[in-house]
Amino acid sequence: MTAVFLTFIFILSIFLGFEVISKVPSTLHTPLMSGSNAISGITLIGALASLQTSYHGLTVFLAFLAVVFATINVTGGYAATDRMLAMFKKKDKGDAA
Amino acid sequence: MNLGQVEINFAYVVSAALFIFGLKMLSSPATARRGNLLSGVGMLLAIVVTLLAAGIAYHWVVLGILVGSVAGLIGAYRVKMTAMPEMVALFNGFGGLASMLLAWSEYHQVQQLSTFIALVTVLSVFIGSITFTGSMVAWGKLSGKISQKPVIFQGQHLINAAAFALALLAALFFILSPAPPLGYLLFLAVLLVALAIGITSTIPIGGADMPVVISLLNSYSGLAACAAGFVVSNNILIVAGALVGASGIILTRIMCKAMNRSLANVLFSGFGKAIAKDAGGEGPKGEVRPASAEDVFYILEAADSVAFVPGYGLAVAQAQHVVRELGDILEANGTEVVYAIHPVAGRMPGHMNVLLAEANVSYDQLVEMDDINPRMDSVDVCVVIGANDVVNPAAVHEQGSPIYGMPIIETYRAKTVIVMKRSMNPGFAGIENALFYEENTRMFFGDAKASIQALIAEFKSVNA
Repeated sequence: MTAVFLTFIFILSIFLGFEVISKVPSTLHTPLMSGSNAISGITLIGALASLQTSYHGLTVFLAFLAVVFATINVTGGYAATDRMLAMFKKKDKGDAA
Repeated sequence: MNLGQVEINFAYVVSAALFIFGLKMLSSPATARRGNLLSGVGMLLAIVVTLLAAGIAYHWVVLGILVGSVAGLIGAYRVKMTAMPEMVALFNGFGGLASMLLAWSEYHQVQQLSTFIALVTVLSVFIGSITFTGSMVAWGKLSGKISQKPVIFQGQHLINAAAFALALLAALFFILSPAPPLGYLLFLAVLLVALAIGITSTIPIGGADMPVVISLLNSYSGLAACAAGFVVSNNILIVAGALVGASGIILTRIMCKAMNRSLANVLFSGFGKAIAKDAGGEGPKGEVRPASAEDVFYILEAADSVAFVPGYGLAVAQAQHVVRELGDILEANGTEVVYAIHPVAGRMPGHMNVLLAEANVSYDQLVEMDDINPRMDSVDVCVVIGANDVVNPAAVHEQGSPIYGMPIIETYRAKTVIVMKRSMNPGFAGIENALFYEENTRMFFGDAKASIQALIAEFKSVNA
């Protein structure tokens, strides 16, 4: 039953994603890409939950590596996106980013 | 405080809502930054509640997050805007790698899998591995560490197909009997072959097709996270992964449409290499009219409207700041200035927009191809900077051309076209550009940045 339930969520999310993202203007496609990239670091959540005190050896090592790489993805992705979006300004000749 | 599964999952629902809201706010540059922040808050919430569960090995968590954060932040704040495509490719690869590692870790812990879990485990490993090595190759190509040219060898498709079949077979047997030792061997076989496929399938793709490849890998990284979500039965991974997967697919489709090519053609044809051979014969004829900085200055000075058309050459020359400076001078001179951007200009979707935004160009001056083309006849001067194939009129006029049918920015319809270019070399597609021989075209040879600086100097010397 869990499999059905999860697949259900998956399908709905795909449709929702199509709806929401097709509204993003092409001007913002690079930030969209790096922002969604950061979201794909969500694997971090799964990896954190897998770092159980009762686990040992290779399991922990692999999960630890997963945490490291997913964290790079998350923090780097959000920070780079923020840096880019901060530069999108309307007509005011303030200081350049 | 330890949270139970129900509380944690409720918090995940809130996170998912924040991600969706955040992406929704990306529909306008005015709200986009807050949207990204909101999405970040959603992520933080998910991380915090996950850590409040019982039995987490905190020393590993803290160490992992610390190392990852430092590396991620250094990367994000150091990267130059022109190098953003390779940065995104790199992060993409790490996302895929993390999903693969997570699935591996889960399998190593629990080796008696139901058929469904075996299926999603092997899927997660397969997609994650391809995403990882594919992104690494993309990163290498974009940053110039390996050749941007398509690498093609005999029997390439055959080898790829064989590898794919091998992975599929191993995966199938794994799903049927995931128990070690045989299961473990099959598992590792899938992993290794997938890593290899990531390399061999990305290496034949040329530099200018990278927007498609990055979009596609972006989608894969989402789907890998999704598959990992199925492995650990976690909703938030599935929702977030699916959102990213959908985003990547949409971008891939937009990029392919903007090049008038199918995804299969981009992935398998080795475009740019194959074409170059038969481009020798019938080239465009006519006379090239070179112009000096002074000539161009007089043309721009008299223009009522100017459209800059940037391409990858702008990024290479790091010319975005001087372009904006020139644009400002023209505006002060009473000229209407816009920046017309082709969807595949640059090395990733929206690349040019980010560079111009970095140079402080107002985003309402950035116009899309479909907005500028209908009024191209009324544009006095188009200044093409480091763009080539995306302004080649052969796409409109010559049925035999390999790029025929590709939507272009129709600069040839403007009253005057100034092309800034280093030489007469053809662009990525390896075909001559008829635009350079048009009556109304002037070629302004030289490095884009130096050329524009020369123009700015001309304007300043007159106003002084």
